[in-house]
Amino acid sequence: MMKQIFRNNQAVFGAGIILLLILVAVFAPKIAKYDPAFINIQSALLGPSLEHPLGTDSLGRDLFSRMIYASRIALLIGFIAMGLALGVGVIFGSLAGYFGGKTDSIIMRFADIMLCFPRFFLILAVIAVVGPNIFNVMVIIGLTGWMGMARLIRAEILSLKTRDYVSASRALGASHFFIITKHLIPNGIGPVLVSFVFGVAGAILTEAALSFLGLGVQPPNPSWGNILMEGKAVLGVGWWVIIFPGLAILITVLAFNLLGEGLRDALNPRVER
Amino acid sequence: MIPILIGITIISFAVIHLAPGKPTDLMVQLKPNVDLEAREKLNQIYGLDKPIYVQYFNWIKKLARLDFGRSFIDNRPVMEKISERLPVTILINVLAMAIIFLFSIPIGVKSAVRRGSVFDKTTTIFVFMGFAAPSFWIGLLLMSFFGVRLGILPVSGIASLDFENFTLIHKVLDVMRHLVLPVSVISIGGLAGISRYMRQSMLGVISQDYVRTARAKGLPEKTVIYKHALGNALLPIITILGLSVPSLISGSVIIETIFSIPGMGRLMFESVFTRDYNVIMAGLVVSAFLTLFGNLIADIAYAYADPRIRYGK
Repeated sequence: MMKQIFRNNQAVFGAGIILLLILVAVFAPKIAKYDPAFINIQSALLGPSLEHPLGTDSLGRDLFSRMIYASRIALLIGFIAMGLALGVGVIFGSLAGYFGGKTDSIIMRFADIMLCFPRFFLILAVIAVVGPNIFNVMVIIGLTGWMGMARLIRAEILSLKTRDYVSASRALGASHFFIITKHLIPNGIGPVLVSFVFGVAGAILTEAALSFLGLGVQPPNPSWGNILMEGKAVLGVGWWVIIFPGLAILITVLAFNLLGEGLRDALNPRVER
Repeated sequence: MIPILIGITIISFAVIHLAPGKPTDLMVQLKPNVDLEAREKLNQIYGLDKPIYVQYFNWIKKLARLDFGRSFIDNRPVMEKISERLPVTILINVLAMAIIFLFSIPIGVKSAVRRGSVFDKTTTIFVFMGFAAPSFWIGLLLMSFFGVRLGILPVSGIASLDFENFTLIHKVLDVMRHLVLPVSVISIGGLAGISRYMRQSMLGVISQDYVRTARAKGLPEKTVIYKHALGNALLPIITILGLSVPSLISGSVIIETIFSIPGMGRLMFESVFTRDYNVIMAGLVVSAFLTLFGNLIADIAYAYADPRIRYGK
């Protein structure tokens, strides 16, 4: 499978950008020239220059440094939120698929109900109650994003559990837990991983939208979304405050989508290469 | 269907009530001089002193009569607030949907028929960009270009200040002018998605035997594509239309907030800021019902359009 992924140019391209972003996020303090929270009104809204490669915002903070630090938040929220969704989805989906019957109908009905809510509305409602901060945003995005993955793993397990090797394992006295974790999940995880990669892209977009509305990451913590929110206030004065964070979101989401498409093609034997 | 409806009300209620603190806490926080007694009274008025399941049953009893209680902010009935906001949101999304379908179907068909052509490659790039670009960013870009730099389109609201004095035609034109930017933003995002589905669906149909048969018996390519293939390729799009209801509603929060449009999405956004819990719960219930309704309509339309389902087993 790795070979097929590497043969897929767009997947390699996406993965490359993601790797680069992870490096940027990890080494943010080394890359950023300025303290992202350092306010200097005298240098407010300066255009891009050698001093400030992407200009400064309305409080005179260096935009490049803020965006570098914001990449940490975007990736952190993307990966942890979807990691949570992956965990919940795989647990629910494999229980539903393996045990069937009542367990299955209760879990899947619950997933159906959750899917009826426009996700952003649900997220907003929970934020109204628990308040906006990085941790809450992460958990809420995760807990509203597991349903698709649960459906995928359930469908995989429904077909896998009738295979001979599973019957053989059961005949040898393997426990349900052993069969699910050792035989079924590893063999059925492929489509879920594809969905995970797309999910990270979605989570990063959701975080940006929430922060843009002032209901996500709160200032002074920099996030691409809240930099854009501040940019809206100087619309028509400082184009750089609007262009660059948007481009950062676009490139990041694009990279995850490309990797996701590439993974999907690599896992799908019917795609012609 | 019924269990799902009940489930929707339970989740909408639980989301708000299972969290620590009471909705009245904030009302009290805003006015520090409210003493404990007054607070107890508030809890009584809103029934918050009763056990949680009693509160749920009281709420659902009223809900059955389409009574969502009153807004904490202006004390108006929630239903009244929603019914004056919802039409705006529906208008914008229906307009956007019409534009999306008008453009995405021909684009999808063309890139499927000419697979691998320059046109196909260009639209694929556009699709990836459209998926990845946040709608609020596109909104900001359009606002700053058409609204601020060129100054030819209004950037907020759905009507001018002196709207009342306009003649009818002038009024319609005025609303249209205000809707250009928001509808464009929704359309750009949707265009990418739907044209991609259309391409995928068309590619699937073109490789079918009946298309090969149509070609083999010597029909002109136009007839093959538009008469034999297109109809079948459009079927899955009906489902996509139904499934896109929740994402349109979600998107309306962002669009309506940046363009200050008094719709359902903005109402939800304002209520989250002011913690107007009755409105939030009502927003959840109404939007989930709309989603369910959208799916139902899509299923019916699909059965109507596809005889294989109507006469199927």
